Amino acid sequence: MKLMLHVAPGIVRKPIVSSVILETKALINIERAKVDAVSGEIVIDVDLDKCVEVKRAFEERGVRVVLLENPIIKDDDECVHCGACISICPTGTFRFEGSEVVADAGRCVQCASCITACPQRALRLVLK
Amino acid sequence: MSEINERIRDGSVRVITAEEMPELVEELGTDGAVREVDVVTTGTFGAMCSSGLFLNTGHSDPPIKISKAWLNNVEAYGGVAAVDLFLGATQPSEDKGDEYGGAHVMEDLISGRDVELRAQGAVTDCYPRSELETTLRLDDFNQAIMVNPRNSYQRYAAASNSTERTLHTYMGTLLPRYGNVSYSGAGALSPLPNDPDFEYIGMGTRIFLCGGQGQIIGPGTQHLPQNGFATLMVKGDLKEMSSEFLRGATFQDYGPSLYVGLGVPIPVLNERIAEKTAVRDREIVTEIVDYGVPRRDRPTVRRVNYEELYSGVVDIDGAEVKTSALSSRHVARKVASALSDSIRRGEFLLSAAVEPLSRVGRNKPMRQTKEFLLVGDVMGSEVVTVREEINIKEAARIIVGGTFDHLPVVSADEKLIGMVTAWDISKAVASDKTSHISEMMTRKVFIASPDEPLELAARKLHHHKISALPVVDKDHRVIGMLTSDHLSRLYGKKRRRSK
Repeated sequence: MKLMLHVAPGIVRKPIVSSVILETKALINIERAKVDAVSGEIVIDVDLDKCVEVKRAFEERGVRVVLLENPIIKDDDECVHCGACISICPTGTFRFEGSEVVADAGRCVQCASCITACPQRALRLVLK
Repeated sequence: MSEINERIRDGSVRVITAEEMPELVEELGTDGAVREVDVVTTGTFGAMCSSGLFLNTGHSDPPIKISKAWLNNVEAYGGVAAVDLFLGATQPSEDKGDEYGGAHVMEDLISGRDVELRAQGAVTDCYPRSELETTLRLDDFNQAIMVNPRNSYQRYAAASNSTERTLHTYMGTLLPRYGNVSYSGAGALSPLPNDPDFEYIGMGTRIFLCGGQGQIIGPGTQHLPQNGFATLMVKGDLKEMSSEFLRGATFQDYGPSLYVGLGVPIPVLNERIAEKTAVRDREIVTEIVDYGVPRRDRPTVRRVNYEELYSGVVDIDGAEVKTSALSSRHVARKVASALSDSIRRGEFLLSAAVEPLSRVGRNKPMRQTKEFLLVGDVMGSEVVTVREEINIKEAARIIVGGTFDHLPVVSADEKLIGMVTAWDISKAVASDKTSHISEMMTRKVFIASPDEPLELAARKLHHHKISALPVVDKDHRVIGMLTSDHLSRLYGKKRRRSK
C-alpha cells in the first residue's frame, strides 16, 4: 500500500521516518521523496497488515498521511493508446493489454513524469 | 480492378487487413491469396507534423482582404487571396503556447466547437475593411480542405538518448543513458511498407483520411524511396472527418502536432502484390538513432525491426531498454477495420492512380549560406600544390610568384602529405641546412573539410595558432585553402553591409 506523507515545516528536520520504523518495525520502502527547506513530500510503500499502524505512527508525529488509492487518472476519451507513458514510468504503472494501454494505479508514486510525456494530455494526478 | 469495384458495389468483395495477410499467404500461397482476397486494408495513426488545412471563410460585408489571421489565437497564413487561409498543424497559439496549436483548432472544428476568427486586412478600394472578428463553426466555412505535405512515412527512425539529461523531442521524452526507446509507425499495418514499389499507390489513389475519403495527391516532401523513406502528400475534406481519427497533440517542450489516421486499401491484383502485402513486423527494419547528438546526422545506435519494438524491450549494449510508441497501434487497427467496413458496405471504391509515385526523390540537407557558413563557401579554391621532391629555391620561387604563403605538399596520387610556409623556407635558408622541402615540411597538418562549419575551422586556426588550413576531400586531395585572410575579409564585408 502506498502512503503519501505531507511533512509540515516545523518537523521537516526531524528523523521521522526512522523513528516510525523503529517503533512499528515495519518494512518501509521510500518510493519518492522531495524535501526542501520548509516542507517534505514523501511516498512510501508498506505492507497492508502494517498500514494502519504506520499511518497512526506518522500522524502522532504531526505528519498528514494520505492513502494513494487512486493516484493517477487516465481520461479514456483522450487516450489514443500510443503508449508514450509506458517506457518513461519508473514504476511500470502502464502496460499494453492487447493494443490498449492500461494503468495499474497501485504502482504509481506520483512522480508526474507521464503527465507531460502524454501527447494527448490524458493523464492527471489526484492530489490530496 | 474494375472487377473488384464491381464486387464492392454488389457487396461480394473479400477484404482483410494487412495484419491478417501474412498468415493467409503462408497457408494458401500467393496464388491462393490472389484468388481468395480482393483488397488488403492498411492503416496508421501517428503524429504527422507536416499537416495543415486550407479554409475559405466566405466574404464579409464590407469585404476584407485578410493579410493576417488567427483562429483561437493560432496564426493562420493569410497571404493566399482574400479569404483563403492556411492553418499549419504545428503552429502554437499566442496565448496558450504549445498546449494548443493548429492541430487542436482542427480537432475543435471537427468536434463542432466554436472557433474565434480574428483578422487584419490590407485596405484596398475593392476590400475596404481593415479588421474583423467573428465566431465560426466548421459548417460556416465554404471549404475546409486538409492538405498534408508529408504524411505516412514508409519507415521512421526510432529514438534514444545517450546523454546525461532527459531530452524532450518530437519523438517524445527520451530518458538519459539510453533509458528508453521511442518509435513511430504501424509496422506491417503501415500503408507504404505494403506497396513499397508503388504498384498500386500513386497520385489519385483514394484513401481513408481521418474518417473521411481523401486522395494521395503526389509524393510527399522529403520523399526518398530509394532509401526506403517514401512519403505521401494527401488531401481530404475536413467536413467528412471524425475526431476518432484526428487528434491535436502536444509534445512537451517541442510543440503541437497532429495525429492523423490514414489508411490505403490495396487491391490484390497479382501475386507480386499478394507477396508484398504479406509483409510482417519483423521484416520491417529501422534504426535507433541517438538524439543526444544535436546535429542533423545523428549516429545510429543499432538496427531494429518492428517485432522487437512491439515486444516492449530492446537490447542496447547488453542492457534491456523499454520501448514505447508515439503512434497508436490500437487506432491504426481501427483505421484498417473502418476502411474494411466501408469497402464492404459499398461506400468506398478503389481508384487507380493517374500517375505513379516517383521512384527517386530528394531530401538533401539545407544549403546554409548565412548564419551557418561552411568552409567550402569561403575557402580559396585556386591552390598550387607541390611535390616533395622539389628544392627550396623552386618552392620560394612559387611563393614569390603567387599570392599565397602556404604550399600544400602532395604525393604522386595527389594526396596531402605536408605543408610548407614562407616562414619554413626563410628558416631553412637562414640555417643553410636543408635543400629539399621533404626535410623541412610540416607533416602533421591540420586540415578542414568543405562541409565543416566555418566557425569550427576558425576555432581550429585560433587554437593551434596557425594561419591556414588546407581543405581536403574525402580522398585527402587538396581542393582548397582556408586562410585567416578569408576570415578577415568575410568580417570586413559584413561590417560594410551593416553600415
